[in-house]
Amino acid sequence: MARLPILKTPKCLVGGAFIRSESGGVYPIHDATGAFLANFPQCTRKDLRNAVEAAAKALPGWAARSAYNRGQILYRLAEMLEARAQEMAEALAPGRKPSADALREVHAAIDRITHYAGWSDKFQGLLGSVNPVASPHFNFTVTEPVGIVGVLAPEERPLLALLSLLLPIITGGNTVVALASHSQPLPAILLGEMLAVSDLPAGVVNLLTGNRADLLPTFATHAHLRALSAVADARERTDLQTGAADSVKRVTLLPSESPIDWFAERQQGLYHIRDFVELKTTWHPVGA
Amino acid sequence: MPPRSTASLRALILEAGPVDQVGIEERVQKYATRSIKKNSKVFALKLAVSMLDLTTLEGKDTPGKVASLCRKAQRPHHTPDIPHTAAVCVYSALVRHARRALGKSPVRIASVATAFPSGQTPLATRLAEVRAAVADGADEIDMVINRGAFLAGEIALVQDEIAAVREACGQATLKVILETSELETYDNIRAASFLAMRVLRNGDFIKTSTGKTSSNATLANNQVMLDAIRDHFLATGIEIAMKPAGGIRTAKQALTFLVAVKETLGDAWLTPARYRFGASALLNDLLRQLEKERTGHYQAPYSFSEASGSY
Repeated sequence: MARLPILKTPKCLVGGAFIRSESGGVYPIHDATGAFLANFPQCTRKDLRNAVEAAAKALPGWAARSAYNRGQILYRLAEMLEARAQEMAEALAPGRKPSADALREVHAAIDRITHYAGWSDKFQGLLGSVNPVASPHFNFTVTEPVGIVGVLAPEERPLLALLSLLLPIITGGNTVVALASHSQPLPAILLGEMLAVSDLPAGVVNLLTGNRADLLPTFATHAHLRALSAVADARERTDLQTGAADSVKRVTLLPSESPIDWFAERQQGLYHIRDFVELKTTWHPVGA
Repeated sequence: MPPRSTASLRALILEAGPVDQVGIEERVQKYATRSIKKNSKVFALKLAVSMLDLTTLEGKDTPGKVASLCRKAQRPHHTPDIPHTAAVCVYSALVRHARRALGKSPVRIASVATAFPSGQTPLATRLAEVRAAVADGADEIDMVINRGAFLAGEIALVQDEIAAVREACGQATLKVILETSELETYDNIRAASFLAMRVLRNGDFIKTSTGKTSSNATLANNQVMLDAIRDHFLATGIEIAMKPAGGIRTAKQALTFLVAVKETLGDAWLTPARYRFGASALLNDLLRQLEKERTGHYQAPYSFSEASGSY
């Protein structure tokens, strides 16, 4: 007897729970053969607001974890993705047999997670310093997380690009609210399911799907977001910078007009972490 | 297991009329579905600010902390069109510090008295505390009822104690805390409401909770008490006011409570003289939402005098 397959309803990871949009809105996505794949949540600015609240709740705990522990948790995420690499490769091109390119993207994503897992207890020593001063003081500079960071991922490379943007942020002890690729949201949904079982505390990474134009102004102006990391076109870049100016948030932008090689070595490393940490300098009198 | 009702408590419940538990809970769920936008929302948020009893009831309260609470009550935010809160609510020993900080300000001083929150001291001690608070300048007294006596069926004793405290209050407004979480059933809450209202004056309050127990003001408890106030008003013409307290932390919750007031008692009760919120964290969320409405942008909580150490 033919069996009726049970299809998965895609839901977004917010505060460790899987949510639909509060508006109930969805948008359909079709697979490579043109067949209907699923309806994805069309998140609204209220969902973004709720996600920021979830990220705020998670932030003090995540920032206070030891650097070593954050590294372990990131490494655990790599383990989760490695075990489900085939499933993720299928999600990158639904309806088609996973291509070598899809597998290459998944493997690069796993390597990128491991890369930042390694950095998590090392960047402090390289970005911080003990400073020479002309008075009897110890003067040292230490890193601190900036806070809650908004991420706007590009349309292409829906797994690797998203992870490349959000990994340096959480490595630095920040929490994230990210908007996934609009045209290829399935990898982000699947990533959410892996994040939920990876020992990462609820709310550290919150993933939304939906219409970029609806959410971009709120990303730009929400005062509780302390930084933005986005791949954006010229007009979006202007909107993000103008909106961010009011609440004085850091903005790190990559232009979407020219193609970005997300596999490249320069898409990872210490300087991406530096973009999302504050440097605090302390003067301490030297004892007699 | 709820304690067995004694004959006198059962008689009071029968007289007050029982509460339809399922009906009440279904009804209050619908309040959250009302759509309040733009001007109505700003109106309701400001109304909620003006209805606040800005409260600090901690063992570590100091005169300095009370003074800054009073400043916040008088001018909650730098934007000019935000009203002052209705009152500050402090322990009786701190009333004189609040009076010094407020001077002739229209912000009233409410004091919890009568061995708050348990009420477990001799009546003479409780009355002395009320008189001392009034003498120090309290405009309003928040008393707790004797729950032990109520549940044991000593109904007349509870009522006599409320009447005695009312006399001790003199001109001060009295608020009677039923501590709904310790009354166990809606029937008991309604019965206790009537018990208190029968000895209260026009403009005195009944209040849900102390905020010191695990379960605080819920929309359903609030509704049971609002219904009791309406029935008492229709029978006697005496307007009793209402104060939910404890657990109301967000502006959204406050708006839902105001919907309940509007739809149960009407506009006449939508004033600080007839309805209050006992809360501390609520004020900052109300201001945060008002700023969001004014600027069009979501605000960070640390812009509103709380959690200054957080991100």
